[in-house]
Amino acid sequence: MRILYFLFLAVLFACNQPSGPRTLPILGERDVVNGDTIYPAVPDFSFVDQDGQVVTNALFADKIYVVDFFFIHCPTICPKVKANGLRIYEKYKNDDRIMLLSHSIDVKNDTVAALKRHADKLGIESRRWRMVTGDHDAIYDIADDYFSVAVENPDAPGGFDHSGRLILVDKNRHVRSFCDGTDAEDVDRFMLDIDALLDEQFGRSK
Amino acid sequence: MLFSKKGILLPLIACLLALVQCESNPYREGERLYKMNCANCHLDDGAGLGALIPPLAGADYLAAHRERLPCILKYGLKDTIVVNGTVYAEAMPGVQTLSAIQIANILNYINTNWGNNLPPYRLDEVRALLEDCE
Repeated sequence: MRILYFLFLAVLFACNQPSGPRTLPILGERDVVNGDTIYPAVPDFSFVDQDGQVVTNALFADKIYVVDFFFIHCPTICPKVKANGLRIYEKYKNDDRIMLLSHSIDVKNDTVAALKRHADKLGIESRRWRMVTGDHDAIYDIADDYFSVAVENPDAPGGFDHSGRLILVDKNRHVRSFCDGTDAEDVDRFMLDIDALLDEQFGRSK
Repeated sequence: MLFSKKGILLPLIACLLALVQCESNPYREGERLYKMNCANCHLDDGAGLGALIPPLAGADYLAAHRERLPCILKYGLKDTIVVNGTVYAEAMPGVQTLSAIQIANILNYINTNWGNNLPPYRLDEVRALLEDCE
């Protein structure tokens, strides 16, 4: 239901692009309390990354970041999403204002050591791209906050259903854009959104 | 007079175009099967992924292990291999439902795309190689 509303908003805003500097919408269902609009925000989290380091919201306090959900032994869409994630990583790897955060939904098999091996073989630096594991319910719950699908399903290839979505979060914990991580053209569009958000939150210079 | 000339000319041009089209991609069935069975991991452009999934585009392994490839497609791969100097240790699942002709089509698509220019497999060759899988 929440996702439907979110998609509706996304379509609404897609039809209503102002000219000039683009401001990305804040996605999700908003509340109005005493005349103030409350936007949905990513809740507090605490996971463990490929180096065994604890990763919390504090790491992203002054950064924008790109989120996805995956599992290492994924026989379907994950390699395509990772390949597109790598394009984003390569483009911004010298930019301190942005990071990537991948959540494994296979908490049983994707241990810290397995994530480390995976990250090394992708050739990524943990300074820029964290791959995290953690409490099963915490991972599955936060997928919902990022408007992503993560479901255990023995009938799905590899045992999990998940969307190959890449999600863009601003430094105030608001989700601002997303794309289909298996679709290179949609990822091109997404990277323009990343540039627009960098401009919005850090100023046009740099 | 002119009309009848055109009547012949147009189909002729259409046939020529169709021929050119065929020439540019002779392994349509192989391409379809590749996208269905292989592209999730090796990607549409055969680029592979880091040191996790080996490339097929420009891979020295294709020519060096020509006899082994049909078995790898059908039964998968568990041992460590080296492709263009990089070690790959992840297991690859095979697709046991593939027939010899489907395997020949996929391999010929791989062997002639993304800059690859290797001789095609014949069907009887693939059949014989599949007899001797480990």
